[in-house]
Amino acid sequence: MTYDATFRVWRGDAGGGDLQTFTVAVNEGEVVLDVIHRLQATQVGDLAVRWNCKAGKCGSCSAEVNGRPRLMCMTRMSTFGEDETVTVTPMRTFPVIRDLVTDVSFNYTKAAQIPAFTPRPRDEDGNHRVQQVDVERSQEFRKCIECYLCQDTCHVIRDHEENKAVFAGPRFLIRLAELDMHPLDVRDRRGAAQDEFGLGYCNITKCCTEVCPEGIHLTDNGIIPLKERVVDRRYDPLTWLGSKIGRRPRQ
Amino acid sequence: MDLERHEYDVVVVGAGGAGLRAAIEASESGARTAVVCKSLLGKAHTVMAEGGIAAAMANLYPEDNWRVHFRDTMRGGKMLNHWRMAQLHAQEAPDRVRELEDWGALFDRTPDGLISQRDFGGHRYARLAHVGDRTGLELIRTLQQRTVALGIDVYMECTVTRLLTDADGITGAFGYWRESGRFVAWQAPSVVLATGGIGKSYKVTSNSWEYTGDGHSLALQAGATLVNMEFVQFHPTGMVWPPSVRGILVTESVRGDGGVLRNSAGNRFMFDYIPDFFRKETAETEEEADRWYDDKRNNRRPPELLPRDEVARAINSEVKAGRGTPHGGVFLDIASRRSAEYIRKRLPSMYHQFRELAEVDITAEAMEVGPTCHYVMGGVEVDPDTQAARVPGLFAAGEVAGGMHGSNRLGGNSLSDLLVFGRRAGLAAAEHALQRTGRIALDDDALADAGRAALAPFEREGGENPYTVQHDLQQTMHDLVGIIRTAPEVQQALERIAALRQRVADLSVEGHRQYNPGWHLALDLPHMLLVSECIAKAALEREESRGGHTRDDFPATDAEWARTNLVCSRAPDGSVALTRQPLPQMPHELAEIFEEVPA
Ligand SMILES: Cc1cc2nc3c(=O)[nH]c(=O)nc-3n(C[C@H](O)[C@H](O)[C@H](O)COP(=O)(O)OP(=O)(O)OC[C@H]3O[C@@H](n4cnc5c(N)ncnc54)[C@H](O)[C@@H]3O)c2cc1C
Ligand code: SF4
Ligand code: SF4
Ligand code: FES
Repeated sequence: MTYDATFRVWRGDAGGGDLQTFTVAVNEGEVVLDVIHRLQATQVGDLAVRWNCKAGKCGSCSAEVNGRPRLMCMTRMSTFGEDETVTVTPMRTFPVIRDLVTDVSFNYTKAAQIPAFTPRPRDEDGNHRVQQVDVERSQEFRKCIECYLCQDTCHVIRDHEENKAVFAGPRFLIRLAELDMHPLDVRDRRGAAQDEFGLGYCNITKCCTEVCPEGIHLTDNGIIPLKERVVDRRYDPLTWLGSKIGRRPRQ
Repeated sequence: MDLERHEYDVVVVGAGGAGLRAAIEASESGARTAVVCKSLLGKAHTVMAEGGIAAAMANLYPEDNWRVHFRDTMRGGKMLNHWRMAQLHAQEAPDRVRELEDWGALFDRTPDGLISQRDFGGHRYARLAHVGDRTGLELIRTLQQRTVALGIDVYMECTVTRLLTDADGITGAFGYWRESGRFVAWQAPSVVLATGGIGKSYKVTSNSWEYTGDGHSLALQAGATLVNMEFVQFHPTGMVWPPSVRGILVTESVRGDGGVLRNSAGNRFMFDYIPDFFRKETAETEEEADRWYDDKRNNRRPPELLPRDEVARAINSEVKAGRGTPHGGVFLDIASRRSAEYIRKRLPSMYHQFRELAEVDITAEAMEVGPTCHYVMGGVEVDPDTQAARVPGLFAAGEVAGGMHGSNRLGGNSLSDLLVFGRRAGLAAAEHALQRTGRIALDDDALADAGRAALAPFEREGGENPYTVQHDLQQTMHDLVGIIRTAPEVQQALERIAALRQRVADLSVEGHRQYNPGWHLALDLPHMLLVSECIAKAALEREESRGGHTRDDFPATDAEWARTNLVCSRAPDGSVALTRQPLPQMPHELAEIFEEVPA
């Protein structure tokens, strides 16, 4: 069941690079990451790639396979023909460090700017009581493995470096949605979602949802409801007044 | 030498559950704190944990309490656990879980709205707080977000290669940025090791590339000691097919939620492997076992939920006897026992993993599973209350620390261990730093030497390929110091390890220092080798079978060994020295628990 595949892998660094062609053995049941590892072990020991779990759980091995943002560890070789050339390139939205490894610090910067979780007090016996139905909405977003494939796909930042300052990207819009729907959180982040994280830049193309390996419905369940809640807040004169005169602190 | 320098009170090496919990506590105690980790923040091994966090919260079974958890933990570890660690762990785990909720964690709920708890092997009551089968992700994300909210400095994709010491203890650590290959040194009176395990020394493992035993090796080289290194846990259920996913974990929750093991003849073979030690608490018939899921008070536990060492050995025996599956495992069947909807709800990531990687629909067919190297019980010998190692200023928590789990760890007891002892280590490290007077300084010669050692693989021409050497080490450990061991095989392993040491001294790598995985591996290999030597030496010495150490030539437990720990240290000539040490004695009031809590 072993065959020789043709792989084109982008090699280079911030200064530039190109696609290099390799012939490499593929065995039954393998995924793209296995083949990249075989290249490392046998032909190019210094080929740079990130990975950890090899089971779709850590979100480290993101790249573009034949132009599609994917986890390399979850992309089976059997989805390609044996004579099909497989092209692997780094995520385009982020600056290249080396080969398939990109500088994803943008995401860590945005994460740090989001106002932290702020819980309501516990019940008298020291527990928090919440119903399963109420945790499930936020749980969907907490499945996020931070692979940043949605960030890579989103056209607002994919080819628009200038938008990165004003737009946090889909991963962080659903983080805001998660906190907004969190049954124990008491902080209002709707103003920040709009003003600081660029919710308005999203025009609901749903490309992020399509690439999410966790099957999170980013747009339908996260971003759209968040947009609606922001609108409600803006047009609710009492909230507006409250936030203006500072009796309800705008956090 | 081009060197970036920093100064802190506490440097935590590792950003898994233990490291982040330690950093949070140190920072909240007023210490200037940094975390260093090899991967990006949020990718540590903890993210892969599936089943849950064990804590006697009694949300489902009011009869549960720390004493029952303590008893289960000690029995699971075949009484070799450090009693004090097992006690603190059982007492403090519930509070550690509750506080995660204050930091944003969202656990699955009971009908009363409390944190739900699920069944796992060796635990008398449903005890594991969980989020579907992605509990580790929830844990690490919660701690990560808390770490960020506290503004703790994180050095990610940065590898520590040396601990620095003077006559009074720890002075700091030395490492390199993976991205640039540049060197960095942290001056700090306290270092907390939270580097996780050693599984990458084995060929079939559920562990990631990070598990090269760095913390074990760094501690040993700095003058600390390792305890219980012969005890390596082989998880009974790893994937076996296709070959490229061999070893990837299939969570124990599959069995906790009703899955059973069958051999190729269709028999539920675990009933044939119930050891006397657990007979009183294990069901005798399939009917009783099946009733247990709904009525735990009047029925005993199914044998599929015996501690992991028992189940792994049983699977091994079935396969050896020719009753295995086509790909050399056994069947794990939940499809015929639970509805498709239940399976998808309770085990979403298992469903996904099998569908994507093996083209198996676990709601319709059985999985093929077999043992995989999963966890190391052995680790840095620490004080049970403070996690202090024998070197002043050095602390260890999480998988890298030893003692807590004895000869075998129960499922779910690792995530709780990370929280309980991560917190204690962070607290003690902060106290040590704030108390240590007198100036500390990093020794220039030591820094220069660490730099030279790190660059050596670039200087050599035509030496060994690190990937090949790693492969040979993994094969050696798999074949000769694996799940079943004998003296001649372990001796042979030690000879091969000696030969591998020569080859590791002769590694060479191509390319330059910027993000170069071949070079990174070349620097990890000495750690892997040192840890492998500790495991093999201890495995040869302990002439009995207990927990994660099975000797074919000494198949029974031994009363003398029941009172003895093996401790590894570094001999003056650089080799691993082994000493026997009496097991710490449990006080009377704890010993009584084993009589008072019925089996
Ligand atoms: C698939 C799987 C499922 C599991 N499921 C469960 C479960 O359900 N319940 C349970 O209780 N346990 C479970 N476990 C076990 C548990 O997940 C681990 O034991 C635990 O997460 C280890 O945590 P840690 O904090 O000690 O280390 P880790 O989370 O592994 O973190 C180690 C950290 O140390 C860093 N590091 C290592 N070396 C260096 C170095 N030289 N320099 C700098 N940084 C370094 C790494 O980068 C990483 O950040 C599971 C394990 C696996 C593999
Ligand atoms: S739906 Fe919005 S966030 Fe998602 S890709 Fe489109 S524009 Fe970006
Ligand atoms: S939302 Fe989905 S695609 Fe985006 S980072 Fe999270 S897991 Fe990846
Ligand atoms: S390696 Fe973890 S998601 Fe691919």
